[in-house]
Amino acid sequence: MKELAEKYARRLIIAGLAEAPLVCGLEDEIVWNREDDRCAMLAQVIAGMHCNALICAEPAEPYRTILSFLVRKYPIAITPGDCETRTFLHDLPVSSIFSAEAILAHLHRRKSVTVAEAKSLQIVTFGTVSPEQAFVTFSSVCFSAFVLFFADYLADLRASRVTAEEQAAFARAVSLLNPPPAEPPELLRGPFTSENQVIAAMIEAGLYTVGFRLVDSYFGNISCRLDDTVYISQTGSSLDELAGCIDPCPLDGSSCAGITASSELVAHNEIYLRKASRTILHGHPPFAVILSMDCDVADCPNRGQCHVRCSLARFIRDVPIIPGEVGTGPTGLCHTLPPAITNRRGAIVWGHGLFTTGTTDFNEPFSNLLDIENMCRQEYFARIRAATDQKNKN
Amino acid sequence: MNKMTGWTGRVLHIDLTSGETTVLAPPEELYLRFIGGRGLAGSFLRPQVKLPWDHPDMPLLLFTGPLVGTAAPTSGRSTVMSRSPLTGTIADSSVGGRLGFQLKRAGWDGIIITGKAQTPSGIEIEEERIRITNASHLSGKTTSAIFNAFADGRRSVAAIGPAAENGVAFSALMVDRHHAAGRTGIGLCFAAKNLKYLTVAGSGKVRVHDRQALLAAREDILRLTAASPVLMGRHGFSCFGTGSLYDLMDSRRMMPTDNFQRTRFEQAGEMNAHAYREAYQPEKYGCMGCHIRCKKIARSGGARGVSMPEFETMSHFTALIGNIDLHLVLTANALCNDLGLDTISTAAALACYRELAGDIDLTPCLLDLVTRIGTAADDLGRALGRGAQDFARARQHEESAMVVKGLELPAYDPRGAYGMSLAYALSTRGGCHLRAYPVSHEILRKPVATDRFTYSGKARIIKIAEDQNAVVDSLSACKFIFFAAGLEEYARAYAAVTGLAATAEDLQNAGERIYYQERIMNAGNGFTAMDDDLPQRFFTEAGSGDESLPIKPLDREAFLAARAKYYRIRGLDEQGRPTPEKITELGLR
Repeated sequence: MKELAEKYARRLIIAGLAEAPLVCGLEDEIVWNREDDRCAMLAQVIAGMHCNALICAEPAEPYRTILSFLVRKYPIAITPGDCETRTFLHDLPVSSIFSAEAILAHLHRRKSVTVAEAKSLQIVTFGTVSPEQAFVTFSSVCFSAFVLFFADYLADLRASRVTAEEQAAFARAVSLLNPPPAEPPELLRGPFTSENQVIAAMIEAGLYTVGFRLVDSYFGNISCRLDDTVYISQTGSSLDELAGCIDPCPLDGSSCAGITASSELVAHNEIYLRKASRTILHGHPPFAVILSMDCDVADCPNRGQCHVRCSLARFIRDVPIIPGEVGTGPTGLCHTLPPAITNRRGAIVWGHGLFTTGTTDFNEPFSNLLDIENMCRQEYFARIRAATDQKNKN
Repeated sequence: MNKMTGWTGRVLHIDLTSGETTVLAPPEELYLRFIGGRGLAGSFLRPQVKLPWDHPDMPLLLFTGPLVGTAAPTSGRSTVMSRSPLTGTIADSSVGGRLGFQLKRAGWDGIIITGKAQTPSGIEIEEERIRITNASHLSGKTTSAIFNAFADGRRSVAAIGPAAENGVAFSALMVDRHHAAGRTGIGLCFAAKNLKYLTVAGSGKVRVHDRQALLAAREDILRLTAASPVLMGRHGFSCFGTGSLYDLMDSRRMMPTDNFQRTRFEQAGEMNAHAYREAYQPEKYGCMGCHIRCKKIARSGGARGVSMPEFETMSHFTALIGNIDLHLVLTANALCNDLGLDTISTAAALACYRELAGDIDLTPCLLDLVTRIGTAADDLGRALGRGAQDFARARQHEESAMVVKGLELPAYDPRGAYGMSLAYALSTRGGCHLRAYPVSHEILRKPVATDRFTYSGKARIIKIAEDQNAVVDSLSACKFIFFAAGLEEYARAYAAVTGLAATAEDLQNAGERIYYQERIMNAGNGFTAMDDDLPQRFFTEAGSGDESLPIKPLDREAFLAARAKYYRIRGLDEQGRPTPEKITELGLR
């Protein structure tokens, strides 16, 4: 457990989620990745729960700035509208007291609590089987908060309700953003003719997708078609650790060994059957997600149900935005994504993420993923400028 | 007047000796502490659990939970419980179909059956009306015959077959034709009361505290289910049934083959769920209140209307006994259902027999052997019908009985998933995969993947999962949906139904209490650490691995160390027995 605690502490730092995380694993005794004054209090939290892992950390920037603002705006619970929150987190509870009792009150109901006490801000998450579970939740909280913050600011700007505090937080968060990566890497060249080549290409593309921050490591998925078999990342696999986590799934469904494959296998298969693609890359780049949720249609009858009911033909330049939930339900993206991405370089699923395809290898989908995210980032700030100009005119 | 919502507040006691019925109104406190289903049944079993399994005062219990009959997904289940004739431990099975749903709609949270009828009997419940019938004319009939006799579609029907009447220790209770309370010999507990069948029909509505909140919780649960590849994915349970695990278990080198002597079955690719789909074009069928509908019913291939085998049956009736005839699996499964035999124990007993006979080809005589077991037709049939452990022990080869506490092991070889080895050893009903179901994270990657070849962290994981599943069986819901949802979402459903401000942690605490009570009952019947163990084979023989995926024997020292950690985490003494301190802490005095 000590090794796992240390591993996920490192991962939090590498992913830019925290700088000095506290991670504990618990079996018949508690082990921490390091010593800290907070350990004694957090041990009381652990004693009050049925869990085997806990993370407590101040989020790194820009998440710290973002969450510091959001907890003041939403002092009870932050409720982002993105897919991660809607499906898995439901909401992000907030506490103003850093005590075992206060933390337990929230963790008995939810997977995380964000504690803002005086100048301190901590995210606390837990797992019932592994520190990895706590890591995934921590990562989701940061991502969801990021999306909500930038989406809120744009909406508030248009409605002329940005406060001085929000303006300052926005300016600071923007100044802390990493610069957009400019050039895509040179990835393995196709066409691939063997399983080994396919797996090597997928591992490499996954690694770069995470490295370029086009997805948080445990989200997104990747696949490659070789003859009549689709090789796809397993559900819940980390795109930067794909070795041993790729399932070969026959397109004719003659084996169920792919039961552990990504929940988007059906969508991937359908895309392969519709167009001459050989590779699919799915990331959660934040500005594509933010822009997918930016819609100012007044009095839309589908408002509040955009993620499943949006009937408008929405685009960011040439890239369509479509509704669809994770998986295969009646409102699943397996129904909406394949037709939308046919004859397109990519498609954005509302509040969820971006899918891109390639005809030979992963150079094309990676390049498109990066290009579309950079385009969305530019477009976001263009919309900010337009809203600012409009406000100034008024 | 019952002020509770979710529960009816009424439990029916039927004494088959006297024919009298009594209505009990358990205190609200009991519901809050034990929830329903498995938990509540356990609380009624405990005072009598030291009696012999066939003592007239030994209760036979059928209980539903507060979510049954509501809009909470997959919550149409119930628990049947008594003391096991096969193992001597507590005996329980969570069963689907419509039994729990009808019972709740008839106004009952549960039924307690004691005594013994003078002649073969049936119990017919319609709303509040209870009828004990003479079922002599149905004696010896197959379960199909019973279901045909009550085929009006209005009632839920539970019945035993000839196997239970003939004393088979692992006989099952069949429910609504396609569902089984299969494990631990619960069918024989029915036979011990001279009870051939039970029918229930109800039309009442279950009162719900906050319908809108329940629908909101339901929506969250359904969304999570849709996102689950295991449940709703292209290769998942909804499309292929539990048989979709077949390919995976073989590819992970975890398929028990030749009585667990190997872990790879070379013909698996031809015997998988896809092959059944090609041969029988099965349709989806589900328990009441379930949208996953993992049960599959054949539509063609000369087997129209026949239940498709579940994963365990697919695996044990092929790899475990060396059979490569797909249709024979289907037929053997149907025969077991008709005779009222647990398919896992039947196949495991046969595999033990086969090994001791020198790995003979059972295929030509398989159906005959199953029939001889179910009808106790001869010495061999009767000997096998006492279970693998008794069979092997009588032949001085106990090492060939692949059992834990006398219950035959299901189709996950523990050398390929170390958490499963702990789960088997520590289960309160013997060799059972469902108490902790570590396959969820060790193989299916939910909620996240864990390293299947390590004991690190597993003791606590198993304990937490046991508690969770205990409360799931008590709510009552289906354990499969917890591949996707969690107690976080189900606590909201529970709170909406009952009006109690319960959290996931509250439910988990109830699960801990329910599970610990089972340890108390088993300890009272003499079970100790000696029984929390695995067959020696797993520690001395390797599985069918290769250089890239070695399947080593389990490390005995590491297993014992993990088990000792589990005892500490669970609050048991070094012999695995409950401690006074923990009993007090959990309010179980």
